Amino acid sequence: MAAMPDTPPALTREDVAHLADLARIDLSDAELDHLAPQLSVILESVASIQGVAGDDVPPTSHPLPLTNVFREDVVTPSLSAEEALAGAPAVEQQRFSVPRILGDEQ
Amino acid sequence: MSASTEVLVDFDEALERYDPALGLEVHVELNTATKMFCGCPATFGGEPNTQVCPTCLGLPGAMPAVNGKAVEAAIRIGLALNCEIAEWCRFARKNYFYPDMPKNFQTSQYDEPIAFDGYMDVEVDGTTFRVEIERAHMEEDTGKSTHVGGATGRIHGADHSLVDYNRAGIPLIEIVTRPIVGAGARAPEVARAYVAQLRDLILALGVSEARMDQGNLRADVNLSLAPKGSGVLGTRSETKNVNSFRSVERAVRFEVARHAGVLDAGGKVVQETRHFHEDTGITTSGREKSDAEDYRYFPEPDLVPVAPSREWVEELRATLPENPTAKRARLQAEWGYSDLEMRDTVGAGAFGLVEETIAAGASPQAARKWWVAELARRANDAGVELAAVGVTPVQVAAVQALVEGGTINDKLARQVFDGLVAGEGTPEEIVAARGLAIVSDDGALGAAVDKAIEANPDVAQKIRDGKVAAAGALIGAVMKEMRGQADAGRVRELVLERLS
Repeated sequence: MAAMPDTPPALTREDVAHLADLARIDLSDAELDHLAPQLSVILESVASIQGVAGDDVPPTSHPLPLTNVFREDVVTPSLSAEEALAGAPAVEQQRFSVPRILGDEQ
Repeated sequence: MSASTEVLVDFDEALERYDPALGLEVHVELNTATKMFCGCPATFGGEPNTQVCPTCLGLPGAMPAVNGKAVEAAIRIGLALNCEIAEWCRFARKNYFYPDMPKNFQTSQYDEPIAFDGYMDVEVDGTTFRVEIERAHMEEDTGKSTHVGGATGRIHGADHSLVDYNRAGIPLIEIVTRPIVGAGARAPEVARAYVAQLRDLILALGVSEARMDQGNLRADVNLSLAPKGSGVLGTRSETKNVNSFRSVERAVRFEVARHAGVLDAGGKVVQETRHFHEDTGITTSGREKSDAEDYRYFPEPDLVPVAPSREWVEELRATLPENPTAKRARLQAEWGYSDLEMRDTVGAGAFGLVEETIAAGASPQAARKWWVAELARRANDAGVELAAVGVTPVQVAAVQALVEGGTINDKLARQVFDGLVAGEGTPEEIVAARGLAIVSDDGALGAAVDKAIEANPDVAQKIRDGKVAAAGALIGAVMKEMRGQADAGRVRELVLERLS
């Protein structure tokens, strides 16, 4: 499994192709040629922040100094099935109908 | 690509050449009132898509909120497994595209599980194996897909899936072991015993219904083989959703035989997901683990970290039930079972059932007799777990009460169990409906005794001559005549009265 890196490595064309594949975005060769350098520039720009952060600044995932924000285990009203399914492209037997997917459930 | 034809090596033979390493991942669905990150009910069996809201449907703008009760349950499970509880941990997004998660990610935990570095001591036939727990983390369940249409017979190949999101977002705790090595030929039993003991623990904690048949408790079984004595770990396969204790054992057994076949032929085991088939006891290839493993985890920005205070952890530790191993030792002494009786009881998966039966009023020996001898045999014949044999602890206690009250004997009790399994009503109703009650009425018994004496004049003469032991033959004849329903003690008295 890939770790969450502290420093983003330089983004190669292969990286972009791989990420596009994982994100189910179909990129042409021309698009890859065009996007890979641009994404690298963006990453580099963002990475400049690391020049400012010293060793005394811990990595931060959340801007607010909050922990343990919990909800009571109390039921709140759900949507009706009609509401839930209102935006579905296709409905069958009160369920979301989706195209057959190859591969496994997680 | 995985091989389509598999050569299986005999299990015992495989273990002469290879050391198995097990790994178990168990998902426990919590019995909280609501889901992990929203207030939708977490109950089982609602009409499709009626227990959903913008959060668990992944609609834009919806924000999750952590169920405190689920965090509490996760910590209690961690403590019961002798784990450290994280002082600070975060949720993470596990990104993948599959319609069972409408958000396109599952909210889980990655490298900061709430509980880690624990263990559970598992007993198999009187030997204890320490199973090390790597981690227990919080996550959410997925929706339920129903696949429609077969691969053949549809012109446009329009196979599709129907998804019900009622289950999406129900709190799950995933418990992951470290590789279990050194179990050798006992690996299948150790795997089974671990899952069974874990289920006992979860039930004792009261945090889940823990019913494997309903998917409240789901086991993934990892297995690898390494050349005997090499001390390395081989390539593993991961058999998903193995849904009974018996299947856990069978899945391990099958995978040992399959891996050995691949390795013996000089092949390489493919790291992949496999599916276990209950009917045939085999596993088949699912997907290879390669790109699919790249879940691009990152910290969940919509949920703040969880930092359980040490005071809270200690409060929760104080709520833990008696450790099941200690409890077992205590009850063995209380029930007066020998080590062998206890081992048979646990081995038959009858421990909890016996405990409940005793609580319902049966004596320890009677409870053990029915579950371990009679009902375990029936469960085995039917290929089901003992708990699913169709008889409850309360019913067993009621049957035993009928035996002790003299209404039926052990032999007739077996017919009552037949009736219970067939769903014919309560033990009392079955005794009445099937006419099973023992006859102790002197009129009916006397007639049968007279008939037996008449039919066996030689035996009768022996008894008259003082050979009382011969009475057994006449009692047997009466029992046969009365289809086993005669009060044997009274019959003996009647025989001796007539022939003395």
